[in-house]
Amino acid sequence: MKTDVGVNAEYNPVYQKKKKWNKIVPYLFISPWIIGFIVFTLGPLLFSFIISFFNWPIVGEKKFIGLTNYITMFTDDPLFWSSLWITLKFALFFVPLNIILALLLAMLLNQKVKGSSWFRTFFYVPSVISGVALAMIWGTVYDGEYGILNYLLSLIGIEGPNWLNDTSWALVAMVIASLWGQGTMMLIFLSGLKNIPQDLYEAAEIDGAGKIYKFFKITVPLLTPTILFNLIMTIIGAFQTLTLALVLTGGGPLQSTYFYAMYVYENAFKYFKMGYSSANAWVMFIIILSLTMLVFKSSSVWVYYENEVKNDK
Amino acid sequence: MQKGLHKFFVYTLLILLSILFLAPFIWMVTTALKAPDELYQYPPKLLPSTWHFENFLNAWNSQPFNLYLVNSLIVTVLTTIGQIISSTLVAYGFARFKFKGRDFLFIILLATMMIPWDVTMIPQYMAFNMFGWINSLKALIIPSWFGSAFYIFLLRQFIMSIPKELDEAARMDGANVFQIYYKIYLPLVWPVIVLIAVFNILGTWNDYLGPLIFLNDQSKYTLTLGLAQFKGVHDVDTNGIMAVTFLISIVPLILFFLAQKKIVEGVQSTSLK
Repeated sequence: MKTDVGVNAEYNPVYQKKKKWNKIVPYLFISPWIIGFIVFTLGPLLFSFIISFFNWPIVGEKKFIGLTNYITMFTDDPLFWSSLWITLKFALFFVPLNIILALLLAMLLNQKVKGSSWFRTFFYVPSVISGVALAMIWGTVYDGEYGILNYLLSLIGIEGPNWLNDTSWALVAMVIASLWGQGTMMLIFLSGLKNIPQDLYEAAEIDGAGKIYKFFKITVPLLTPTILFNLIMTIIGAFQTLTLALVLTGGGPLQSTYFYAMYVYENAFKYFKMGYSSANAWVMFIIILSLTMLVFKSSSVWVYYENEVKNDK
Repeated sequence: MQKGLHKFFVYTLLILLSILFLAPFIWMVTTALKAPDELYQYPPKLLPSTWHFENFLNAWNSQPFNLYLVNSLIVTVLTTIGQIISSTLVAYGFARFKFKGRDFLFIILLATMMIPWDVTMIPQYMAFNMFGWINSLKALIIPSWFGSAFYIFLLRQFIMSIPKELDEAARMDGANVFQIYYKIYLPLVWPVIVLIAVFNILGTWNDYLGPLIFLNDQSKYTLTLGLAQFKGVHDVDTNGIMAVTFLISIVPLILFFLAQKKIVEGVQSTSLK
């Protein structure tokens, strides 16, 4: 930029003014995000941290109570433990199943078959509709008396449970309904698969490698960065599952689908215990953060990066 | 021979899985069309014996869904315009200028994508309460005018791939940075703008938790809230629920079929950092 002004320009007041302006311009461009970040993210984040040490009803007197919210949560609130346990159980089933299903579908689509874009559409379609719509559809499918699912099960001689009214099946029903929306993971896996260089497979074939060998020695290792990404996204999503539970079961029966996100939601917007629910939310944040870190830490063992190997050579 | 068998196996699996993924949709449509007494028949019939298209109209009129539709449209249109303007400005700033703290700010921007919504929603509710935005569509619209991290990220990646010589040539012709932004860059990033518009329309149209928390008054409800309310008001009206579910899903479904290629490419580009 200095080329279009003369040597003495540094002492020229017009140039000085322009230089100052040029320094401000970039900040003008990003100012919407900076303002939004302060007002809608950073501010709320700090505020929620502060009020987690308060007794803070939405109307009425606010009182500083130190760590009491956190202590109550851990020692005197069975709902905290049960909702956390239910969320963990859900994640334990949902996360691996979701990844395996999405990977399986992606691998099927990656075969050279006619009409694969049609199949891709079919597998992705549930992911574009609203979570409320999804919950409503599954509500009628799962209906214990008139639902199509139990009828279909009866055709093969299985007497289906009363899915949403049975404490031991409601969570399973949630996992199945959630798996239906796996589309995004599938697409990400598909692009991961497409990025694997074809000549690796060809070279392996020349060496006489079989399908299983190719899958475990080429596909899986080269896909590990994608698996890592999907794993983290699925874990974060699983811990925040709320819409489906709110609409499909309302947390029931007997709170068997009362997820942690629902616990936070109800403490805040049903009982208006803003301080307490902020403490709840921070515990959730810390759990998600530690799990993510744990997965990242472990990734050095199981995630394979191409350039690493190149460096080894 | 073995190859043929393999192909057969793959196709069978693909077709079976397609049925599995589409069946709940088909069940939704046929349930919506059945006569009420056919709902409680055992064994259930897949196809209705007579097709009751009036179910759709009745269900739509059982609640002020026209009003909800207007609310949903207002929110969707205004957030999408806001996102496009703000996100392109910010992305241009990050991609095309060198300034103090740029890389640090960008890392923060990426990190905000990891914050669970539960942590910010409570103080946001209290802040909006203070601003007088509760029970107003403003709470759903205004935050979107300050850019979204994910869209900014997508746009910035795209702008960085555009050769810089372009703006130098324009600068020689006397264009200032804002003119360069909207005359040269906006037309060039158009494909990404379409993509974030589609993402944003889908996200806003389908959003349930935002309206649920920020809106109380029925006259402010969006479509998803109206649908969810169905459950409480008409406990057994399965027809109506399915009919409205179908009607509400039409917009995302059409959008998906129109922009399918874009959505697929867009989703896939998110993982390639």
